[in-house]
Amino acid sequence: MLELHGGLDDMTKASPAVQPNMNDVILDIRHLKKYYPVYKGVFKKVTGHVKAVDDVSLYVRRGETLGLVGESGCGKTTLGKCIVRLQSPTSGEMRFRYGEGGMRDILSLNAKEGFDVRKKIQIVFQDPYSSLNPVKTIYEAFDEPLRVHRMGSRAQRKEIIAQMLEVVNLRSDYMYRYPHEFSGGQRQRISIARALCIKPELIVCDEPVSALDVSIQAQVLNLMKDLQQQMNLSYVFIAHDLSVVEYMSDRIAVMYLGQVVELATSTSLYRTPRHPYTEALLSAVPTPELDAVRERIVLKGDVPSPINPPSGCRFHPRCSKCQEICRVEMPQLRKVSGTEDHYVACHLADTESVPQEARMEL
Amino acid sequence: MNSESDLILKVDNLQTQFHLSRRVVKAVNGVSFQMKRGRTLGVVGESGCGKSVTAHSIVQLLPKMGRIVDGSITYYSSNGAVELSKLKRNGSEMRAIRGKEIGMIFQDPMASLNPVFTIGHQIAENITQHEKISRAAAMERAVEMLTMLGIPQASTRIKDYPHQFSGGMKQRAMIALAMVCNPKLLIADEPTTALDVTIQAQILELMKEMQHKYGTSIILITHNMGIVADMADDIAVMYMGRIVEFGTVRQVLGSPRHPYTRALLQSVPVLGIAKGERLKTIRGSTPDPSDMPEGCEFAPRCDFATKQCKTVPADTDLGGGHRVRCWNCMGGLTT
Amino acid sequence: MVTKAVKSSLALRNWEKLRRNKLAMIGFCIVAFMILCAVCAPLLTPYSPTDIDLGSRIKPPSLSHPLGTDKLGRDVLSRLLYGARVSILIGLSGALGGAVIGTIIGCISGYFGGWFDKVMLRVSEIFMTFPQIILVLILVVYFGQGLMNLIFIFSISGWPGTYRLVRGKFFSLREENYVEACRAYGIGELSIMFRHILPNTFSPVIVTVTLSTAGYILAESGLSFLGLGVPSGIPTWGNIINSAKAIDVISNNPWLWLPPGLAISLFVLGVNFFGDGLRDVLDPNQ
Repeated sequence: MLELHGGLDDMTKASPAVQPNMNDVILDIRHLKKYYPVYKGVFKKVTGHVKAVDDVSLYVRRGETLGLVGESGCGKTTLGKCIVRLQSPTSGEMRFRYGEGGMRDILSLNAKEGFDVRKKIQIVFQDPYSSLNPVKTIYEAFDEPLRVHRMGSRAQRKEIIAQMLEVVNLRSDYMYRYPHEFSGGQRQRISIARALCIKPELIVCDEPVSALDVSIQAQVLNLMKDLQQQMNLSYVFIAHDLSVVEYMSDRIAVMYLGQVVELATSTSLYRTPRHPYTEALLSAVPTPELDAVRERIVLKGDVPSPINPPSGCRFHPRCSKCQEICRVEMPQLRKVSGTEDHYVACHLADTESVPQEARMEL
Repeated sequence: MNSESDLILKVDNLQTQFHLSRRVVKAVNGVSFQMKRGRTLGVVGESGCGKSVTAHSIVQLLPKMGRIVDGSITYYSSNGAVELSKLKRNGSEMRAIRGKEIGMIFQDPMASLNPVFTIGHQIAENITQHEKISRAAAMERAVEMLTMLGIPQASTRIKDYPHQFSGGMKQRAMIALAMVCNPKLLIADEPTTALDVTIQAQILELMKEMQHKYGTSIILITHNMGIVADMADDIAVMYMGRIVEFGTVRQVLGSPRHPYTRALLQSVPVLGIAKGERLKTIRGSTPDPSDMPEGCEFAPRCDFATKQCKTVPADTDLGGGHRVRCWNCMGGLTT
Repeated sequence: MVTKAVKSSLALRNWEKLRRNKLAMIGFCIVAFMILCAVCAPLLTPYSPTDIDLGSRIKPPSLSHPLGTDKLGRDVLSRLLYGARVSILIGLSGALGGAVIGTIIGCISGYFGGWFDKVMLRVSEIFMTFPQIILVLILVVYFGQGLMNLIFIFSISGWPGTYRLVRGKFFSLREENYVEACRAYGIGELSIMFRHILPNTFSPVIVTVTLSTAGYILAESGLSFLGLGVPSGIPTWGNIINSAKAIDVISNNPWLWLPPGLAISLFVLGVNFFGDGLRDVLDPNQ
């Protein structure tokens, strides 16, 4: 069998709402910004910036799933890609626990260290059709990452690949096949296996089931939960489907126009959403229950452009509870009074006056 | 029990096949249902189950290699019954019905709006196609329609091209295009799949409003059980070209009798689901449509399959119009 | 344990698809037959293509000379067979040379973008503003006649087509998720470029190579006919036709120009059929 990662911390597993022990934090993001310049005219003058991720602070604990949810254009995918360092952030800090040294800033590593960290953070993409190279067999696609990270001899590597395929419930001899021979659900499981084969500790899952059929979604979601338990993996689970995120995550960050507007344990978020946007989002999810007595909040209009986000609270033009202060002052993410782990960025919510990061000092 | 005048559409034993170079795919394999005026029929199923092909067969918008080989589709217009499957695909009678009597909304608003014409032009063209009306009057109606659908400053936005509209606005424009001739039947093929949840909620509300106002009948095709529960009066669950379960929302969602319907309902996470609870999965994947299993198509993936399932199950009426295609539907399934 | 399984192969699958494509198979058979004949030339004809036999000049086809002899008494059939070697060599090498240059520049340009891409794009545009035959004529005058020169000239005048094709492919492929996945593993840029993206551009490049082979064989014939191609001592299809420049030869001695003319047409037709078929087979959307 494969050597699995260290034992489970039963405490955190059982009650994710517990005040975090900071030694558990595996990834800590602070004030992360990712701006894309907008060019215009013949001389390619920079006329503005798309603020895809605008001052986001989050942390992920070992063995937990952090859900990122929001509508298209809210910056959740960009944030995910920044975590895997497929995009380099414009500014901010990102610290990751690896090696002996505890938390280290992974945005300012030298080439060698940067390469080592790549092993620890992996990504699974949304589209199972474009995430596997059509001209490479599964074996070829898996072998190279193992080789560049010097994981075992040729025979050992083959063994690892075979085991990984079995872990995701596929036959080990499928490794000699090409991607076109697999269905969407199988491809997604292969993508997961590929991400797992170099033993990462954190996996960013960018809408891993959105492109799959309903009956296949369940297979993949169950598999991901099992793997998390077996290997004590941490997930950053990105999706637009609230019910899937709610099912998968321990904590959820709701994003709107590049910012986190609410951060809470998934039960707390579902039972007592504090931000009007979260409320609207939750109420908009259609559920297959008869006689469901939920009042649907239908938001007006569309998501504004992230090039010129509204002043003050970015949600105010669509908010039914909008007040004068919302138009002027941008709300900070603050802890909701009387809760353990529920943060919201809304002027109208009953919050403590301490900003979020005050508690985050390690 | 239905009086004929109540019906708007009757599909009987519809069979649509695709003739590919070396094989024949039975995309729709004996589908029968009736639709009453002013009601919404939700057609649910996974990709490849034939739900879209059924809808496209009704308006004869099939690709070249697809053809209706058997069955009848009767549309009850105000001038009496019309047998749609007998009409020429692109004949004048079919064209007169498409757009005027039966409106359509598709999944991808990007692909359904022509990028080189303004929104107003496209809506007005649909009116002038079917009614003797001046261009200016048609434009006026288009503005009226867009205003009703909640597009601000419709009289100026109507001169915009599709790329100037956001996703939700485009889908509104599509609805305007489909509804402007006041069709009796609206076919909506995954109308909100490409949209965000909040925009989806807007569009669904709009469709309800329009239905309320005009008494339109809607065929709503979707893979999302939640949308069906919210929108539909009747549900048809399709699997591999057949309707496996048909009934009112209460019958099908309240007491699903087909194992496939049950599995579908239990495999999606619902808000507020317990964390430890595992989702129910359906074994394997959908079979290759050109090589379907003998007997019940779902049998190889079904937990309750018996020897009897080697023969195609009969369409059993459980009373009250609740029809199920399963040998085990009479005795209650235990889950 | 790893169980031994039936290996499936992309090549095998494409070969199966190709076999079902009638036109491509006809093309393939024609090309294969003609190449085989050229390779086996010494077995098919006893004469040397360059042996002059002034005793039997301009003889019509007979048993000893199935396609007759030319002005210098050389056997037309042997010249045709040996000429096929040179003509096909020039066509194929020219096309391959252009493809290799174009692919390498296209890779770098498409993957990294930046100033290199901008410069190369303009250079390729300059190349493409000249009609290729005029460009070749200028280069022939500059570099002089000769077999290797001609191959070289075809290569450097033919790269922009492949360059633009590969560059365009790279632009779209570098955004694919599997490329991002490679980056997430920390696999090096060169490896991503040449081992992961490049193989995906091969299908259209192969099609271009086949089709431009046909073009270069025609170009060689044209140049040789004008006396600007391969030196007249070396038999090529173009050089054989060169002897039919006089009007009386065209009307009185059809065996001198008809066989090489037919050979050129047949080969080009075969290559084009094959290339078109290949395009259909290698198109993943089919």
